[in-house]
Amino acid sequence: MKVLVCVKRVVDYNVRIRVKPDGGGVVTDGVKMAMNPFDEIAVEEALRMREAGHVSEVVAVTIGDKKSQEQLRTALAMGADRAIWVEHEEAIQPLGVARVLKALAEREQPGLVLLGKQAIDDDCGQTAQMLAALWQRPQATYASEVVISGETVRVTREVDAGLEVIDVDLPAVISTDLRLNEPRYVKLPDIMKAKRKPMDSYTLPDLGVELPPLVERLETTPPPARTGGFKVESVEELVATLKEKGLV
Amino acid sequence: MTEAIERDVMEFDVVIVGAGPAGLACAIRCKQQNPELMVCVLEKGSEVGAQVLSGAVIEPSGLDLLFPDWRDDPPAICVPAVKDEFSLLTAKWKLRLFTPPQMNNHGNYIVSLGGLCAWLASRAEDLGVEIYPGFAAAEVLLDESGERVIGIRTGDMGVDAAGLPKDGYTPGIDIHARVTVLAEGCRGSLSKQLISRFKLDEGCEPQTYGIGIKELWQLPEGRVTPGLIQHSVGWPLDSRTYGGSFLYHLDQDRVAVGFVTGLDYSNPYLEPYEVFQQFKNHPKIKPLFEGGEIISSGARAIVEGGLQSLPKLELPGALLIGDSAGMVNVPKIKGTHMAMHAGIMAADRLATSQESTGWDAAWRSSPWADELKQVRNIRPGFRRGLWLGLVNAGIETITFGRLPWTLGHHADHSSLKLAAESDRPEWPKRDLPPRDRLAGVYFAATEHDENQPVHLQVSDTDICITRCREEYGNPCTRFCPANVYEMVEEQGAHRLQINSGNCVHCKTCDIKDPYQIINWVTPEGGSGPNYQGL
Ligand SMILES: Cc1cc2nc3c(=O)[nH]c(=O)nc-3n(C[C@H](O)[C@H](O)[C@H](O)COP(=O)(O)OP(=O)(O)OC[C@H]3O[C@@H](n4cnc5c(N)ncnc54)[C@H](O)[C@@H]3O)c2cc1C
Ligand code: SF4
Repeated sequence: MKVLVCVKRVVDYNVRIRVKPDGGGVVTDGVKMAMNPFDEIAVEEALRMREAGHVSEVVAVTIGDKKSQEQLRTALAMGADRAIWVEHEEAIQPLGVARVLKALAEREQPGLVLLGKQAIDDDCGQTAQMLAALWQRPQATYASEVVISGETVRVTREVDAGLEVIDVDLPAVISTDLRLNEPRYVKLPDIMKAKRKPMDSYTLPDLGVELPPLVERLETTPPPARTGGFKVESVEELVATLKEKGLV
Repeated sequence: MTEAIERDVMEFDVVIVGAGPAGLACAIRCKQQNPELMVCVLEKGSEVGAQVLSGAVIEPSGLDLLFPDWRDDPPAICVPAVKDEFSLLTAKWKLRLFTPPQMNNHGNYIVSLGGLCAWLASRAEDLGVEIYPGFAAAEVLLDESGERVIGIRTGDMGVDAAGLPKDGYTPGIDIHARVTVLAEGCRGSLSKQLISRFKLDEGCEPQTYGIGIKELWQLPEGRVTPGLIQHSVGWPLDSRTYGGSFLYHLDQDRVAVGFVTGLDYSNPYLEPYEVFQQFKNHPKIKPLFEGGEIISSGARAIVEGGLQSLPKLELPGALLIGDSAGMVNVPKIKGTHMAMHAGIMAADRLATSQESTGWDAAWRSSPWADELKQVRNIRPGFRRGLWLGLVNAGIETITFGRLPWTLGHHADHSSLKLAAESDRPEWPKRDLPPRDRLAGVYFAATEHDENQPVHLQVSDTDICITRCREEYGNPCTRFCPANVYEMVEEQGAHRLQINSGNCVHCKTCDIKDPYQIINWVTPEGGSGPNYQGL
């Protein structure tokens, strides 16, 4: 069975996000970028499936500008067998991503598509669901455990009420949650080997996909700055201040 | 746990430790001169440039040599120098002084050195250099005789705080090379070991350092004068303490501001971080920053010993270049061109023969050694205070350093006076951000997995709670710019708490601790600050 793992280049989670002075998005120039952490979990899970003998090939996919190839190289260094780079300069919305992935799923015929449950930049959390609908295959989102047995896969889902266990038929779409696994460290010799692993590239016309923008972003604003606190001298003053602010 | 482990081994012709200007210039030149050479660069930061912090006004001669057309596609921040200003600060006033000739920056460029390194790294990769960010060189590998360096070992990944393997434990690998080039920058952890083991500093003056703390600001529109370079001496430091500020005006309404304090300061109560913040809040400086926003901040030690403190630059199988050795022209506050030229010169030799022998002599007969020789007496002249220091600097400058003597240094760790003989500085209230060191460290985006061995090894914490507390009042709690060291009181007893997760890898503690019991070692690769444009 082949697994398609989808990875996105995002601003690294350590970076303090700054909104552009003109409100047109966040600053990414000169900012450290990395693979979306949930996608790293997806890559790790695919590799573990291959190591357990359920999977024969792990293919990493990204849609993005030339620099997003770096994240594919990371996936290859982690152990993915090959990569597919879909060239696209502008930001892309979940439905667009799902359309591209569906086109690739039809070409590649994977038994499983693994994605992060959301990307930490736009926090949409929609791509897996949209892909399943377009591809007309079962979905299991927010996975914290995945067990393959023959033609089905048992997925433990993290839901508000606790854990939900479902069986889905393969091929299927699974989105990964934080507790699914802890991604491995990349080994130095594997980074060198990753440079020689195959990477196919496509453009959107190659895949026959069009991406009309469906959502228009009006403005990006930073969260309101915290106003500084002050110390009160006594309990009475505390109560008085809270009353004054209408908080008690 | 190290012995039984099977480690991968990789072989290269040249392994370079550290992707700063020295290491990258060396790697690039190696490949330009001999494309066959297998060259690898290790960098402890998560990305090239993430842990490089400098001023930086640079002399471009090294860049010109490597890429004559570099100006056509310059690095992210690169503003031609337009004007120099040098001032003396008092608590209230700012007096313009004559700009010393060393501080004339005509023809130079203001850059983010981190940005320049990222730019150099991508060019190096195009030439076929293997660069591995996120991998610290943790140990030096010696041959069986213990007399020759044969490469380095990268740090283990996935070790818990107790030193035991976690899930996903990945042992470091051994990189063997014909020559190991140490380009770790100021107070390199492997360089320090080798300098001591091979007695490379025998007969040298002790090395001396400064600590530089820096912030990059985004200011309201229209306040900056791109290309303006401002330096000051004097307040907030007293006249006995060496140091000064830098304020470099960039493009896009950004400025780089920083303060360097000589680590040979004597008052154990001095807090270099507070000195920097007080400078920013000076009545003549503060208006520039009001309403602005900090983009990134951090700290890094800078070498100040000059030629007389420069260790021998070679040992069997390895050589030192850049700040790892101490090649900074202090009056100019410039080490980048030195670092790059040392990398280039070393590479010119390595391209034909991967031998370290002869490197020391070659460098010492180069124009770069002459440059350091000319200015060798200026920094030590300031040991007698700012005024005599300035007079001495003037004399040394007009005589081109030809006076027949060479002044010495004292080691920074032995320059503290006892706490009982020192006064706590009193500072006016200030209100520009950051409020304190913890608020400041947030802008360094530093990250260390909590469950890993503490990389600040204190060999005897008893000294901290007994002798040091009494004699010096625990200066580590003040000189560390990231508030890593704290003395906590629990049930009447004191204990040193090390918040190693905050460390920004400046190396100040390793240098200044009066008992020399703090040893900075590399944490798990990729840990540490993630600077943006410093
Ligand atoms: C505050 C300040 C202001 C300065 N201003 C100027 C200026 O205006 N102009 C100027 O020319 N110079 C300036 N300098 C000096 C200049 O920054 C240095 O001379 C220059 O950076 C030295 O280059 P380097 O390559 O030797 O070391 P560095 O630039 O320090 O680079 C060393 C690299 O090695 C990495 N490293 C270290 N140890 C290891 C290890 N064990 N394993 C893997 N990687 C490792 C580090 O993370 C870093 O990336 C300033 C320095 C400071 C601190
Ligand atoms: S712990 Fe040492 S190296 Fe780390 S930030 Fe503090 S002084 Fe610098």
